[in-house]
Parts: sequence; C-alpha cells; structure tokens
Amino acid sequence: MPDSLLRVLACGSVDDGKSTLIGRLLFECGTIQDDVMAALERDSKRFGTVGGAIDYALLVDGLAAEREQGVTIDVAYRFFETPHRRFILADAPGHQQYTRNMVTGASMADIAVLLVDARKGLLAQTRRHAAIAALFGIRQVVLAVNKMDLVGFDQAVFERIAADFAALPGRLGGLRVTAIPVVARDGDNITSTSARMPWYAGPSVLAALEAASPAAPQAERGFRMPVQLVSRPSAGFRGYAGTVASGRIRPGDAVVNAVSLTEARISRIVTMDGDLPEARPGQAVTLVLDREIDVSRGDVLATAPLPPLADEISASVVWMDETPLFRGRTYGLMLGTRSVTGTITDIATRLDMDSLQEEPARELNLNEIGKVSISLAQPFACEPYAASRELGGFILIDRLTRATVGAGMIETARSGRGNVRWHRLDVDKTARAALKYQQPAVLWFTGLSASGKSTIANLVEKRLHAMGRHTAVLDGDNVRHGLNRDLGFTEADRVENIRRVAEVAKLFVEAGLIVLVSFISPYRAERLQARERVEDGEFIEIFVDTPIEECRRRDPKGLYAKADAGQLRNFTGVDAPYEAPLAPELHLPTMQAPPESLAEQVVEELRRRGIVA
Amino acid sequence: MTTPEAANTARPAHLDALEAESIHILREAAAQAANPVMLYSIGKDSSVLLHLARKAFFPARPPFPLLHIDTTWKFRDMIAFRDATAARLGFELILYTNPEGLRRDINPFDHGSAIYTQVMKTDALKQALTEGKYDIAIGGARRDEERSRAKERIFSVRGPGHVWDPKRQRPELWRLYNASLAPGETLRVFPLSNWTERDIWTYIQAEAIDVVPLYFAAPRPTVLRDGALIMVDDARMRLDPGETPVTRMIRFRSLGCYPLSAAVESTAASMAEVVAEMRATRQSERAGRLIDQDQDASMEQKKREGYF
Repeated sequence: MPDSLLRVLACGSVDDGKSTLIGRLLFECGTIQDDVMAALERDSKRFGTVGGAIDYALLVDGLAAEREQGVTIDVAYRFFETPHRRFILADAPGHQQYTRNMVTGASMADIAVLLVDARKGLLAQTRRHAAIAALFGIRQVVLAVNKMDLVGFDQAVFERIAADFAALPGRLGGLRVTAIPVVARDGDNITSTSARMPWYAGPSVLAALEAASPAAPQAERGFRMPVQLVSRPSAGFRGYAGTVASGRIRPGDAVVNAVSLTEARISRIVTMDGDLPEARPGQAVTLVLDREIDVSRGDVLATAPLPPLADEISASVVWMDETPLFRGRTYGLMLGTRSVTGTITDIATRLDMDSLQEEPARELNLNEIGKVSISLAQPFACEPYAASRELGGFILIDRLTRATVGAGMIETARSGRGNVRWHRLDVDKTARAALKYQQPAVLWFTGLSASGKSTIANLVEKRLHAMGRHTAVLDGDNVRHGLNRDLGFTEADRVENIRRVAEVAKLFVEAGLIVLVSFISPYRAERLQARERVEDGEFIEIFVDTPIEECRRRDPKGLYAKADAGQLRNFTGVDAPYEAPLAPELHLPTMQAPPESLAEQVVEELRRRGIVA
Repeated sequence: MTTPEAANTARPAHLDALEAESIHILREAAAQAANPVMLYSIGKDSSVLLHLARKAFFPARPPFPLLHIDTTWKFRDMIAFRDATAARLGFELILYTNPEGLRRDINPFDHGSAIYTQVMKTDALKQALTEGKYDIAIGGARRDEERSRAKERIFSVRGPGHVWDPKRQRPELWRLYNASLAPGETLRVFPLSNWTERDIWTYIQAEAIDVVPLYFAAPRPTVLRDGALIMVDDARMRLDPGETPVTRMIRFRSLGCYPLSAAVESTAASMAEVVAEMRATRQSERAGRLIDQDQDASMEQKKREGYF
C-alpha cells in the first residue's frame, strides 16, 4: 500500500519526447489497461506520428484539438503508483503560448521532470521551464536527457548537457538536479537501468521519483490555518473549518487571529471520525475555541511568530491574460481564503526568458514574468512565498471577466500605511457641501474623441453655475498640459492618466464640489476604479454616444485624419479600443438631439437624484 | 461495521492527503457559492462524495441539496438505494426528469444511446441547473476516467448554456479556487478529480461506506449483445426474437442506465473480493459504458454540450 503522495510536474520542449516518457511510465506501472491499449493502437494507426507504432502522445493528449494538431495545449493529470508511493503527474505543455497551463501544473509540484533532446541540448523552452519551476519553489529536478540512441549512447553528450544545465544562471541556483540519460521510446532508464548505457550508474527515472522527498511538511514552523468557513450548526457549537497550512496545534494551545489580533485557546479539534489530539499540516479540521472571538472566512488562526498583516506587497507575477498588466490598474486578489482588491503601484522588472536576466518594464504581457508592487485595499496576513506556498501564493482576478489573470508569489510584505497615516479632519465632506447648499458628485463623461463630451460638459456647467452651484471641470486635453504632462497614449499611460484624474475628482468631491470629468476613458476597468473612489450614488457615468463615422467627419482637431494616415498611434477608435459602458447612469445618443437638450437631460438627472433642487 | 479508528489505521497514507484535499475543495465551493447543489448519481463515486461532504461540514449538515437526474432507466436497486440513503442521512433530494423527453417517451431502445443521452441526461441536467438557479454544481467525476476529463480543472467554468470550452479554462494554482463568475457563467466543481478507481474502492472499504448492491456479484438475468452483458432489470427490456435471459453471476464496475451499462462476469460478492478483483483487472472502468464509444472524442463532445 502506498505510504506517500508525490506531485510531479513533467515538462520540456516540444518534440523532446515528454509524452512518450509519460506513456512509458504509465505503461510500465500497469496503469494502462487492455481496452485503453487497444484503443491506443487503433488511434496510433490513424493519427500517430511514429509510423503506425504505439504513439503514447495520443494517450495523454486528451483534447480533440490536441490530437489534430499534435501538440499539448492544456495540462493533463495522470496517476500511477508503485508499492510505496502514489504519484500525481501534471503533464504540462511546452509551447510558450500555453505557459499559463504549465504554471497550473507547477504550483503544487514537489519535483519536476524536465525533458531534453540529446541531439538539441538545452533550448530556450528548457531554460524557461526550469526558471518557472524554480520560481514556483520546485527544488528538485530530474533532467531526463532523451533520445540517447540517436547520439550513439555517447556519455560525453550526456555529460555536456548536464553540465550546461548546472551552469544556468540566476534564479536556478539551489536546485537539486538528477540528470538521467534515457530512451523513452524503448524504456531505457525509465523504470529499470539500461544495459545499453553501462557507463551510467545512477537511478532510473522512476527510482529518482521514488527517492524524492515531498515538499517540506512545514511542521516545525508556526501554526497557520486560513479559515474557510465558520460552522454554526446549533447554538451550542461554533467551529472554524480549514486546512492546516503549517505547524501543529493541540487542545489547550493559544492561537491568535492574525487579522484581528484577538487571542483564544483551542478547546477541541473536531472531525467526523472523532476529536483529534493534534492537528498537523495538510489536515482538514474544524477548530473550537474556548471563548468567542471575532473570526470569519479569510482570517488566519496562527501561533507566534505571527504572519505579518500587510497592505503593501512586492511579488513575482506570472501574467496569464491577453490584456496586459498595467501600473494603476486594480484587480481582485485571492490569498489563502481571503479575497481583497489591490492596485498595481509599480512594475519594476520583467524576466527576459532568453538571458534569464531582469530588465526594466512598464507592462507585463501574456506569459511574461515580472516583479510588481501591489497596494491592498484591505490588509491580509501573509508570508514570503519562499516560506509558505499557502500564505505566499496569490492569484489576480479580473474584476470584469472574473477570470484568473495572474499568479503572484510574495517576496516582501509590509504595512505601508502604518507610516503614512490619515489625518483626521474635523471639517468633512458633508460639512463643506452643506455650506454650499449642495450634494457633491462626479459627472463622468466618456466617449470617443470628438463625440461632444466637452461641449455638453461645458453647457451643463453653465447651467449649474447659473443655478448657483459650485463646480469644477477636469478636461482631458487641459489636464494633459499640466498634471499629466509626463504621460503618453500607450495603454499603460492611459491607465495612469485616468487613475490620477479619478484621484483629483475624489479630492474635489471631498471639497463638496460637483465635478465634471470629460475624458475619453476608454477602459471599463479604469471607469470602475474611478467609481469606487467615491461613495455610492456620487458617481454618474454619462456615455456620450456618437458613431465613429460622425466623429471622424467632425474631427475638429484633425486627429482622425492623422491617425488614419498613420501619423498618430494608439488613437481610440482607430488603432486602440474603446469599451462602451454596459450600464451607464445616463446614455446620450448625440445623433438624435442637439447638445443643449442633451445638457438639459443631464441637469434633469441631477434633479431626479436630488443633487440639485 | 468498522469503527472509524479501525478504519483509519487500515488505510494507506496517500488517502489521507486525497481526503483532506477533497474536503478543502468542498468547503471552498460551499463558502463561495450563492446557491450550490450536489449532483448525485447513486454510484460508488457519489457514495464517496457524499461521505466526504458529511466530513467536510461536520458537525453541521452539508449546506446543499442533492440533485438526481432521473432518466427513468436506472436500475431498480439504484433507485431504492438512492431513496434509502437520502432518508438515512437526512439530505434534501431533488429529482428531475426532462418533461419533454418523458412526454415523447425518449428511450434507449427506440432512439439509440446518443439521442437518449442527449435528451434524458445532458438536456435534463441543463434544465435542472437553470431552473434551480444553481451557481455551483458539485459532481463526482474523476480525471482518471477518461482522457478529456484528465484535462479539466477542479473548478470548471461553464459558459452561458452550460457549455465547456476546453481552450478557455482558467489557470488553477495552489489551493486557490476562483469561484467568481461573469454573468451567465456557472461552475462545476469536482472534488474527486485526483482520485483513481482504485483509491475509491480502497477508501470505500476502509471507511465502510454503503454502495449499491449491484457492485457485488450475484446471480442476475442477463442477455449477451455485441459482446456486452446486459442485465434484464425490468419488463421494459426489449428482447430480440429468440433471445431469452440467462442467469449469470455478474456485477457492475460502473453504473448508469441499465440498457447501457455492461456487467462483468464475477464471483466477487464481498468488499474484499471486489477490491482484489479490481486490482487484478486488465480492463478499464468505462469499457462497460456503451455511450462513450459512439464516436471519437465523444466524452469531450458531450462535456462541451454540458454533460457532466
């Protein structure tokens, strides 16, 4: 009976023979059964790439598209066991475009098997996979040098590749590498040692996997358990359910809620199989405390030294979305069981995948890895990734599509706002607005260039001014002459442009003003961010909706003509996108009414909302 | 009956890790869902899933009802077991049958397995999930069952219409399961993803979990069709001219609708014998599922259309 579980990541360049090696491992461990083998023989004749012989790649490439194209697209999970160990093998794709699928397999792995073709040696993909494995904290690597038969079983070739790998720079230091010469197709050194390479005295691939140690159990560190849910089946029972991330705990031990910093003692460790005398890393338990303290999902129960409560982190991030990561943009963050929002405050460097060196960067594109700083809206209890995968690894979530778009590993965490405190002010927004007999608000005009935003905003302000209201205007062109003089029109600069304007609008709202913002503001994410800077009901999004043909016809500044001629780049509507609002407070189709009546509609909306009488 | 302590000492250590992982997944699903449901198919995987759900929320009851898509063609023993299990454990059990399929009497004999499966299973499931407004449906699928399942995430997003797009799967890292959804999306959650058939049986034995008696060998009336042993479960079974049921010692490795589930000849009548036989077999579990062999990549196709 197996007595341990090992998670293995298998990766390597395209055509290095990864699928063949995995197929061979599964076959020799008895995982492939007769009817599956019969189907594989049929498929090999039909789709196979090895001349009708058994093509093991067809066994592991499970999607129709993968079999058609002959490439692995997504990670597949395969299981096999030996008398002593049960293995979960994540079979990861090699192509760079599927890096996000590879990191899915890498995040939980204890060891990586990295395939290299003996004829080709280390390729860019091999280096990239090694770097990603190291980044995700995989410390053990089996370097399987495949197709040794095609280099005449030459020991010198094998040793040169092993030496090349050992000499890889930077982040790859500290890896424990076992290099093994193999012929996956014929089974040499896969599960037993090969007679064809008598000069090799080391273990087979399977023996190396059996000898590997699972990632450190972390039992000796402080106790940490992220709380998944609070269990309250009856008035007499209140328990906190979670999986122990590190350390041990026993009834009678003191624990602290690392978020609220309240303390209690463990009174019971509850499971359906009876109470436990001790909870250990990896166990799913329900803890009962000796007194009522405030604990909810997302909190961390811990013992000293406590994980720090941080609202500013710097982390390595793997970016996994087609839309790049920009400074200034806000994302959902999930760490442990806690969900918060965080804003990217800096992108320091990007890892060049050829040289494995850091280089300066302003954005991170799909499949790029960089170092970023993030400011959190609410603090969480966390640790460096090197100390804890559970409290140091987080995902970034796009707030509109809800997809997982980034994976982060914390390097440092601090409580930044501990140094920059809010000054408590005695005169507040309500007091300032009351003096002006008005309700503050942001009127956010968005639309294409030349759609009529500024024209309408100007008319609205004149009406409000005539009514004795106190206003301020932020206009895209005007602000770019001053506050945002240093910004251009790339996507990253547009994001920062809007972030600054949203902050200024918020300050004006604090002053009790009605702020008219007239910006193209092409991205939903930034408009959402601006909305969240102020209170509910204070933000009125006004979509100035003019068809692009009409904007191009008007073209008062000649910008469309320049953009169409290629003299102006990143121009919204021409070679940069505009994301129309999905549910604006006010939708103004400009082709149906003159600006004066559209401005009247805006004032009417303000009356309806009680912002003006 | 085995006591919990005795059961636990008998079980291999890797099952502790798999059990803890499944409990973690169940709790993440329940904590993030607005309106979760657990799909209950009565088979051995469902029995393990139910057991794990009880463990995950103990001493509370699991915070979701069970949903069974009743095709009306399940084995009678399965229906009896379903009702007894729900009653014994105090679960709310929701039954759903595609009313249109019922009205048109869609069945495996007249319409063939492909249409029957589409109408009475896939369409029925989609209707039930839509009507119930469930945002998360928890199911017992395992990655070792079939090669397209091996590619699926544990938290698997379905687009509008419950369709699966294998090229748009979310990255899934560490133990972080992103359950937030865009409008029109729902989630399927598979806590048993990393279990094998062998793990399931070893765990059933170690934990003394009740399963449908059809998994154990007994003399049962059968006919042999295209090399598959089909059990004659009730009078609706259509016999070919000259075909008479023969009583054979059989059991099932995988249970579905009776005209579409092939039995194996076996004398394994006890749990220990079943586990021993399963360890020695050279046939895969789904070899007896007739609906998987309709076409190449047929499971992936069915999953894309919303099948579990």
